[in-house]
Amino acid sequence: MNLYAPILALGGIAAAFGVVSLVAGALTGPKRYNRAKLEAYECGIEPTPQPAGGGRFPVKYYLTAMLFIIFDIEIVFLYPWAVYFDSLGIFGLVEMALFIATVFVAYAYLWRRGGLEWD
Amino acid sequence: MSQRLAELAATTDLAADPVGFASDPWWLILFKAVLVFAFCVVMTLFAIWWERKVVAWMQMRIGPKHVGPQGLLQSLADGVKLAFKEDIIVKAADKPVYILAPVVSMVPAFMAFAVIPMGGQVSMFGHQTHLQLTDLPVGVLYILATASVGIYGIVLAGWSSGSTYPLLGSLRSTAQMISYEVAMGLSFAGVFLYSGSMSTSTIVGQQGDTWFAVLLPVSFIIYIVAMVGETNRAPFDLPEAEGELVGGFHTEYSSLKFALFFLAEYVNMVVVSSLATTLFLGGYRAPWPITAVWDGANSGWWTLLWYFLKVQLFLFLFIWLRGTLPRLRYDQFMRLGWKVLIPTSLVWLMLIATVRAMKNEGYDYRGIVLGIAGAIIAILVLSVVWDMFRGTDDEEEKAKAAQPPPGAPGAAEPFDPMAGGFPVPPLPGQELPPVPRRAVRRAEPVGAMVGNGNGTGSADDESATDATDKEV
Repeated sequence: MNLYAPILALGGIAAAFGVVSLVAGALTGPKRYNRAKLEAYECGIEPTPQPAGGGRFPVKYYLTAMLFIIFDIEIVFLYPWAVYFDSLGIFGLVEMALFIATVFVAYAYLWRRGGLEWD
Repeated sequence: MSQRLAELAATTDLAADPVGFASDPWWLILFKAVLVFAFCVVMTLFAIWWERKVVAWMQMRIGPKHVGPQGLLQSLADGVKLAFKEDIIVKAADKPVYILAPVVSMVPAFMAFAVIPMGGQVSMFGHQTHLQLTDLPVGVLYILATASVGIYGIVLAGWSSGSTYPLLGSLRSTAQMISYEVAMGLSFAGVFLYSGSMSTSTIVGQQGDTWFAVLLPVSFIIYIVAMVGETNRAPFDLPEAEGELVGGFHTEYSSLKFALFFLAEYVNMVVVSSLATTLFLGGYRAPWPITAVWDGANSGWWTLLWYFLKVQLFLFLFIWLRGTLPRLRYDQFMRLGWKVLIPTSLVWLMLIATVRAMKNEGYDYRGIVLGIAGAIIAILVLSVVWDMFRGTDDEEEKAKAAQPPPGAPGAAEPFDPMAGGFPVPPLPGQELPPVPRRAVRRAEPVGAMVGNGNGTGSADDESATDATDKEV
């Protein structure tokens, strides 16, 4: 656990700096009320009304997120395999080749179905 | 494992007098943490000034020069100026999230720095210690984790602003960062394969003879591309494309909150540069011509110098890219990430794994090389054959279609794109030559090609060609 204490120390310093900056920014700056200044900025035109509850995200962003999870899990399996590769031998290589081939089938399907088009 | 440790002991001078990372007293940990924090902040101030200076030189300007010697204090002055600007909280903002988002994006950037080896073993106030805050067995994984947490700051900032541009910018930024994180993660796997460890200090130790950039050139290049995408820097700075999204996710931020986002971006740059140095360029070890003539180059405080120089190299690369390349379009960018970098790194990983496994099994080196070269040539030949069968029908048809039949009014004057020595657009009645590109795989909309082939109106031809170009 002692290895992780320095990380907390550094995180604490950074967080303290951030909070101090936020407070300082609120205190040192001037305050001049102007109704237009508090509107959302849209290059000077009337701001688009925001839908209640934050609205919806385009579905393709969810698709990207799911793709990311697939490949991230692949990476999670790859790392320990790579670290202990030398002791696994040919068996480890064949196993991982099979695994990557399996994911690759999904990847090819996705590509073919247009999941990787972002026009 | 034990054999590997012995190997490591032979290659590293750290191992000559090993001091554990857990043996630092608490005050030294705190002191080192403050040092690391100060280093990051100073590097940010320096990098901003350096970037403005270098981009200015590239554009034949002078850049900042009034505040401090050569304008060195310019970014500090800008920070102070930001502190005295009004701290605007927009009406539509979700207040707690809006206020906390800059901190959420900044803190992980700093925390990632904890496992970066900045130098070898030195003596600090009579204590033997490493120029590295701490060393985790999963160091690189930890950096990936902090990078992912940093994305939260951006997405929360965009969402909580209650405004359209920041929301779009943050969504783009998130999509971009997670896409390039995959390529980045895959490029690490090659390094782990060779070093047999995820700890940053062990990886540096393993590069005593050869840098991993030499052993793993493809991983190195993929990491370089992914690191630029990961930090949202030009030419991948789509989240801040000012032509379309104003400032992106930080459009609604002002005063020191804006400064914190800036700080996070530059600290992230320093972190990914340090990681590139650590994983591929031998970390804090001196480059080989120096080690050949000078034994002491890899000991004590000198190591800090090599680390610093290598990081500067990458920071300059960032600036150079920004000064040179135009911004990519969103679909081009995502295509590069998903369709080029990811398959390439997977194939490369399997290639080096195969080579390493065969080497471990005691196969002849020449046999391996011949086998791999044969496989690559076979794949190339196959792809050429595939291209020949695929490309012919479509391209010829298009070239024929784009050329009006002789005698038609459009064919009167051939179009010279460099008339008078300058690139010029086609005049009325002239048309662009067909672009020698691959055919689009997707079926085109029926209307797009109607103007072609009958040779009546050149205006139709032009718009059709344009439409095709955009789709390719």
